[in-house]
Amino acid sequence: MSSLQRESRPGNGAKSTKGCSMKTLTHLERLEAESIHIIREVVAEAEKPVMLYSVGKDSAVMLHLARKAFYPSPPPFPLLHVDTTWKFQAMYELRDKMAEMSGMDLLVYHNPEAQEKGINPFDHGSLHTDMWKTEGLKQALDKYGFDAAFGGARRDEEKSRAKERIFSFRTQSHGWDPKNQRPELWNLYNAKKAKGESIRVFPISNWTELDIWQYIHLNDIPIVPLYFADERPTVERDGMLVMVDDDRFPLKPGEKPVMRSVRFRTLGCYPLTGAVESTAKTLPEVIQETLLTTTSERQGRAIDKDAGGAGMEVKKQQGYF
Amino acid sequence: MTTKTEEPVYVVDSLIAEDIDAYLDQHEHKTMLRFITCGSVDDGKSTLIGRLLYDSKMIFEDQLDALTSDSKKVGTQGQDIDFALLVDGLAAEREQGITIDVAYRFFNTEKRKFIVADCPGHEQYTRNMVTGASTADLAVILIDARKGVLVQTRRHSYLCHLLGVKNIVLAVNKMDLVDYKQEVFDKIVADYTAFAQSIGIESFTAMPISGFKGDNITKLSENTPWYTGPSLVEHLETVEVLSSVDAEKAFRMPVQWVNRPNLDFRGFSGLIATGGVKPGDKIRVLPSGKTSTVSKIVTFDGELDEAVAGQSVTVCFEDEIDCSRGSVISIADNPPQTADQFESTIVWMADEAMVPGRAYWLKLGTQMVSATVQEPKYEVNVNTMEHLAAKTLELNAIGVAEIATDKQVVFEPYGENRALGGFILIDKMTNATVAAGMLNFSLRRSQNVHWQALDIGRKQHAALKNQTPAVLWFTGLSGSGKSTIANLVEKKLHRMNRHTFLLDGDNVRHGLNKDLGFTEADRIENIRRVGEVSKLMADAGLIVITAFISPFQADREMVRSMLPEGEFFEVFIDTPLKVAEARDVKGLYKKARSGELKNFTGIDSPYEAPRSPELRIDTTVLSPEEAANLIVDTLLGDA
Repeated sequence: MSSLQRESRPGNGAKSTKGCSMKTLTHLERLEAESIHIIREVVAEAEKPVMLYSVGKDSAVMLHLARKAFYPSPPPFPLLHVDTTWKFQAMYELRDKMAEMSGMDLLVYHNPEAQEKGINPFDHGSLHTDMWKTEGLKQALDKYGFDAAFGGARRDEEKSRAKERIFSFRTQSHGWDPKNQRPELWNLYNAKKAKGESIRVFPISNWTELDIWQYIHLNDIPIVPLYFADERPTVERDGMLVMVDDDRFPLKPGEKPVMRSVRFRTLGCYPLTGAVESTAKTLPEVIQETLLTTTSERQGRAIDKDAGGAGMEVKKQQGYF
Repeated sequence: MTTKTEEPVYVVDSLIAEDIDAYLDQHEHKTMLRFITCGSVDDGKSTLIGRLLYDSKMIFEDQLDALTSDSKKVGTQGQDIDFALLVDGLAAEREQGITIDVAYRFFNTEKRKFIVADCPGHEQYTRNMVTGASTADLAVILIDARKGVLVQTRRHSYLCHLLGVKNIVLAVNKMDLVDYKQEVFDKIVADYTAFAQSIGIESFTAMPISGFKGDNITKLSENTPWYTGPSLVEHLETVEVLSSVDAEKAFRMPVQWVNRPNLDFRGFSGLIATGGVKPGDKIRVLPSGKTSTVSKIVTFDGELDEAVAGQSVTVCFEDEIDCSRGSVISIADNPPQTADQFESTIVWMADEAMVPGRAYWLKLGTQMVSATVQEPKYEVNVNTMEHLAAKTLELNAIGVAEIATDKQVVFEPYGENRALGGFILIDKMTNATVAAGMLNFSLRRSQNVHWQALDIGRKQHAALKNQTPAVLWFTGLSGSGKSTIANLVEKKLHRMNRHTFLLDGDNVRHGLNKDLGFTEADRIENIRRVGEVSKLMADAGLIVITAFISPFQADREMVRSMLPEGEFFEVFIDTPLKVAEARDVKGLYKKARSGELKNFTGIDSPYEAPRSPELRIDTTVLSPEEAANLIVDTLLGDA
């Protein structure tokens, strides 16, 4: 048993004062209410909001919360997928299905320059992320003139994110200035901005990875099957198991995909996303494995390690989400 | 003294491995507590948080590896793990070894999920601490056992109390460095008790701890057998959370958004601030005061029999009554008050000092109104709690001042209701959040002075004169040609049988405003009075022409907001500074350049050009005569 366990004390737990049925909300109920409040504030105060949808589990929860926020209306903004053309096939399938299910418009944006130059994760390294994602996102926001964009980032993911506001103000060139953030008190968010400036809004800032999984479990939210273990064709590259998702994958001489029982903890471009060997086929099993695992979630991603300890902070200043 | 920490072994809750469904069930039913840790780096605040994360297994092995190697490189604990490195997130902070901003951390125990606002302790970060305290159920105030109650302890306690944090934990840290002596602890508690009472803190919980060694953090330590209270984590797990307290108050829900998917459905969406609501409840909508009955509470997961504070819902009424964003839905027989003048406590958060009399946006709940702050009654010295005289509030200053809003605000005193008493001020030019404030009470004069309805109104006045009233507001540098052109405009209108009146800057300062000087605050008051006079004249049906430098956009916008839409006609007399200075009709520029004249617009006081005036007159292209014709044509063409 854990060292944190102690005898329960009187007065602890659910309250039942004055004979009324007032209940103490659970942490997930409070988190849900807080996120819905944030999403509604944006719709009330921004001129043209959009929800960035990456098809991952965090996006899935964020989209679900948006549907709850405006029910019975559909969420009054579109979904935007800044695509790299290198996502897993299963992600494209779920993306289209969810857009239809939610009754929202889906905008898919490809950076034309990246497309023209054939930028890909095999030949271009970090340029792939810079052009398709960072530049692509800025271009897409400028093209449509969105002044507020929802993103599914969480504060527990990474150190610089722990300090970012829920309403994160961006300059005309989409830059983030960590030293000049607007104070955020109570649940009062300041959405005022000049023309050309925008805000990124993180409604699930206060959720942890465990909260996300549990919420998906409780609400039966559809997620990409890649999160569950299955036999998949993989090769080992630089100590990382990579899935061969389509025939664009340049196999080295003599290299042959091997069927392994794997799943993914995070989803991105398939050649950049490491799989873990696993037999977890249900959500509780996935959660169990996640909790028992000894490495943090973003470890499978190359981006955090760029530029020393401050990798994500630098990326964010440049306009990465 | 040993320098080795406890075994850094990664352990997990055995229930996860043994019965994941049981574990999930336990996690699902956890409640949530938000708390703030106050103290400076020296008090061991980051170390304590690092310790809490570590002891509750929120640190993964890869993070631990990085931490161990970082600790050796830049740590301050020799070969030991420097937990502070875990939580000081931004690059500047890691380099300088200080915590600049509020960081939010998360950890779980078997009973609760915790969100920790990790705030810097130095005086220059008062605003960050206030931010962290604004959402906290509880505050942990750290004291270095070797140093006792310091100025900063008093400051942190005052700020937490000011923001209404009811649960205060006095954590006497670094007990390992005073050999766990009870006398040291008792002395500090006695000192603190005296201070706490003096500022109105009713109760607090004191405990001896060592964040570095782990004493009394998750379990009671053998090193302090004389201490019989709970461990820190145990206390955090059992203290009552704010949302349960709020649930017992009267029902209030600020409306965020009107949900209207089709003609058959009209619901009002919001987060319930206090109390609970059930279908069938009689409700009242503020500020209109209209009443109805709740017909249903709608959510994505089905209709609810009851909803309580902390839940986001959509409420429908039995009657079609006026209700929109900014309205507050309350229980019918116990509604909150409305007022437009308040006494408030303000924490200034911007580099640029507060400007008394200037109009700022005030956001309270979902209400956004224009508000002006008077000169502070006093500023509070956050270290000694003394009241000091003040003309303004600078960055991190806290003061008490009166606030007037341009519309009725639905509110409750902050002490009774955070959601209806806490507000932020937003600069209308830069859009920055410049202050946070708490409404203490409404001022009687706004309760008792009611608008007198008159039978002959502005419509009748205007009809008799057969014209549409307007305020032609000329703005521009001294010597730009405002008075010359304004004079020509009035002559032309007069010839066309229009009823006009010209308010000239210099003339007004001889009478109505002769008590005002040229400081920023006086200039704002000057414009406010002229705005009010112009409004009265427009109400009387006149076409008012004003010629004032009126250098600040915010003040011109204030006048615009006093008048009905379309009646404020801003005319920007655009003359470059060089040209105006060369003309120097009154010899004022010369005096300003020589330093004889202070606060002169364009020289040592800024001029903010209108961003979107109704008309811009370029005097380097148009003659005064041409300019006047253009203005008259545009005005009458519009009218």
